[in-house]
Amino acid sequence: MMKNADLVIIGGGPAGLAAAIEARRRGVENLLILERDSELGGILNQCIHNGFGLHTFKEELTGPEYASRFIQQASDLGIPCKLNTMVLDLAADKTVTAMNRTDGLFQLHPKAVVLAMGCRERPRGALNIPGYRPAGIFTAGTAQRLVNMEGYLPGRKVVILGSGDIGLIMARRMTLEGAEVQVVAELMPYSGGLKRNIVQCLDDYGIPLKLSHTVVDIQGKERVEGVTLARVENGRPVPGTEEHYDCDTLLLSCGLLPENELSRAAGVQLSPVTGGPAVNESLETSIPGVFAAGNVLHVHDLVDYVSEEAGAAGAHAAAYIQSAGREAQAAALPVLCRNGVRYTVPSTVRPACVGDKLTLRFRVDNVYQNKKIAVYLGGACIFTRRRPVLAPGEMETLQLKGDLLRQDPAAGSITVTLEEA
Amino acid sequence: MTDIIIIGAGVSGCAIARELSRYKADILVLDKEEDVCCGTSKANSAIVHAGFDARHGSLMARLNVEGSKRMPALAKELDFAYDQCGSLVVCLSEAGRPRLQALYENGVANGVEGLRIIGREELLALEPHIAGEAVAALWAPTGAIVCPFGLTYAFAENAAKNGVRFQFDTAVTGVKPIEGGWRVETSRGPLKARLVVNAAGVHANELHNMAAPGDPMQIIPRRGDYFLLDHAAGDYVRHTIFQLPGPTGKGVLVTPTVHGNLLVGPTSIDIEDKEATATTAAGLAEIRAKAGLAVKDLPLRQTITSFAGLRAHEPRHDFFIGEAAPGFVDCAAIESPGLSSAPAIGVMAAGIAAGILHLEKDPAFDPTRKGILDPKTLPFAQRAELIRQNPAYGQIVCRCESVTEGEILDAIHRTPGARSLDGVKRRTRAGMGRCQAGFCSPRVMEILARELGVPLSEVTKAGGRSKIIVGVNKDAL
Repeated sequence: MMKNADLVIIGGGPAGLAAAIEARRRGVENLLILERDSELGGILNQCIHNGFGLHTFKEELTGPEYASRFIQQASDLGIPCKLNTMVLDLAADKTVTAMNRTDGLFQLHPKAVVLAMGCRERPRGALNIPGYRPAGIFTAGTAQRLVNMEGYLPGRKVVILGSGDIGLIMARRMTLEGAEVQVVAELMPYSGGLKRNIVQCLDDYGIPLKLSHTVVDIQGKERVEGVTLARVENGRPVPGTEEHYDCDTLLLSCGLLPENELSRAAGVQLSPVTGGPAVNESLETSIPGVFAAGNVLHVHDLVDYVSEEAGAAGAHAAAYIQSAGREAQAAALPVLCRNGVRYTVPSTVRPACVGDKLTLRFRVDNVYQNKKIAVYLGGACIFTRRRPVLAPGEMETLQLKGDLLRQDPAAGSITVTLEEA
Repeated sequence: MTDIIIIGAGVSGCAIARELSRYKADILVLDKEEDVCCGTSKANSAIVHAGFDARHGSLMARLNVEGSKRMPALAKELDFAYDQCGSLVVCLSEAGRPRLQALYENGVANGVEGLRIIGREELLALEPHIAGEAVAALWAPTGAIVCPFGLTYAFAENAAKNGVRFQFDTAVTGVKPIEGGWRVETSRGPLKARLVVNAAGVHANELHNMAAPGDPMQIIPRRGDYFLLDHAAGDYVRHTIFQLPGPTGKGVLVTPTVHGNLLVGPTSIDIEDKEATATTAAGLAEIRAKAGLAVKDLPLRQTITSFAGLRAHEPRHDFFIGEAAPGFVDCAAIESPGLSSAPAIGVMAAGIAAGILHLEKDPAFDPTRKGILDPKTLPFAQRAELIRQNPAYGQIVCRCESVTEGEILDAIHRTPGARSLDGVKRRTRAGMGRCQAGFCSPRVMEILARELGVPLSEVTKAGGRSKIIVGVNKDAL
């Protein structure tokens, strides 16, 4: 018979690990991580490049190294986890149904849950790329797993569609492993990846980045034999701009989607913008006692921020359990997004429940220069910061003082906006 | 000499093989692909037409209605997914009413049961997302949806259970009459049979024209592009929704699938290349433009994949089933409603072949087949017990469709069994979900390699040259 747990953390990647560690440090003794893969660490295990942990540890680590620091802490704290364990269902009453080979099918009835399932890649089908459906079309993450974890080369002549970070990283990796990466095409007029990855993964290897380009045809019935790129204007390929590339492989790095099938089935309210749960200042979803953090909540650019956010979710889950689930009846203010701000996490704030500081994260919808981020409580400006450049590929993080958020009890909303600097 | 060679392991060939396995005969099914269900049978609307559409008096009409009537009992006997959800032909203008009436009358003449023309209010009650312009619809309660892979594998596995042999990766390049039968030239050498059944799909005319040159047949590959939508959109409509065919063409259908997805399509584009199953930008754009005519605000953003299939269109637009030359039985031009008609096609063509060879019934014939067990369908306690007995059912391999290793092992070890990612996908749905195999393909590759005893580098997506990996890291440096 499965022992029950007060806190169940769904997912043992960077978010789940950080949430578990913080919850245990705050006194939650009876907790359990459920991880579907055969080891903890999540996607970090296949991210063998360095650049992780600059903020958290002030040093450059590889993905597995970064993960191992958290896995070690979790192990030192004696946090139990079940590997190779798939959560099949989360019910609105927080009943978790899961299974694995050894425990079989089982149910848990925790007081609180942290959603830490991460995200998945947008597949070819969702991109409406016409053509054949041969072997040789991979999402960048699948190729990354084959190369970095299995040691296999998925192709020799490569075209990459999408300049998300995994695609950029894989452009360099495939080159280092002996493949020829011919071009990275990006539908948008800007890259969705980090500037440093464009420099270090494309520019340093002479791989061209074609902005405002997309794949309009895939040739080859059994294995990819070539792709056709075309320039894009106003979202549509421009006839006459087609260019053919002979290749055996097409990698796709066209966006990440928070993986919220369990959340949706449980009745957790999701944001149409992020695809992740709508959460309040405590990273609590529309179901009390169900918290979310990391890429399941919104796609992050750096894992350091995932760890930080998930630590906060773990702390809030601990507080929820220790207060026996007494709901704070405080008024909640919606956070309104204006002038290029796509979304914010959290999307509602109960000022009375904010501690000293509230961390607010958001992304912008385009590239902006010489702007000022401004936050208003009702009509009063409570925060500004100048930003010479804002880009969709980079997440913005603000720290708002709790006292300032409480200074006007009559305010009906919080607004985050971009203004001329 | 083999008694019977069936050329083509699509739904028709497999249905015929299953019906012929009722007799004492040595039967061999050949296919140029690596598995059953690799052509038209795998890329279609996955529906069972009620039978009101095919012209009264045609073979197509007779076999469609008969196939539709046989399908519910067959689904139980052979354990494949089938759901009689009903279909609606939506009439979007008063001007269309005479055509709707004609369709109704044709259906009644064909023997379709339960047909009724319903008004706007009843239609909207059945389907709230129907376009506001709709004035009436033809309601066919016997319209249904089916898993086309499940149906084809069910026929094939039941045939194999009753002694039929399958040989894949074997392309037939010629047929020639010889003393007492036919010589069948293949990519793997010549074979001989007393009787040949031509179920070669879009290529059936090529074989027909070799066997019966005096009566040439033409088959035009007619491409249909489709969008498949995620489970999240799966109940957007609950019945198969057709647009009333009109002066601008046949329109596209919107239908739920037996697996809870939504399917939208097809286009109808005549092409030349019989292997050109590539979707085109124009084709996909056409579906987007037409899909919304009968069903409003269709959530096409939820598309998880698009694909195209080729229908074997003959200009005379009827099925050709019969002895085209002595001992050479055609089962040709099986375009839509071929899937719906398959149970009846199998019975008819098998009857012709058995009659020619004077075959004797085999008392040992077993008409039943169990499909791959889907643990999701079991109650909690039974599922828990299953995992206790076989822990492979506790290991999820495909997250999106919750497919376990137990199901994949079953798929690989059946006869005929899965040998590629697509073979596993069609049998178990692993890789058919919203991430489109991004997560599970490396894991399914490992299982295939282990179970088939081949190196991982030999695992293919769909046989032939469709290898997934091309080498090991740094092997070219």
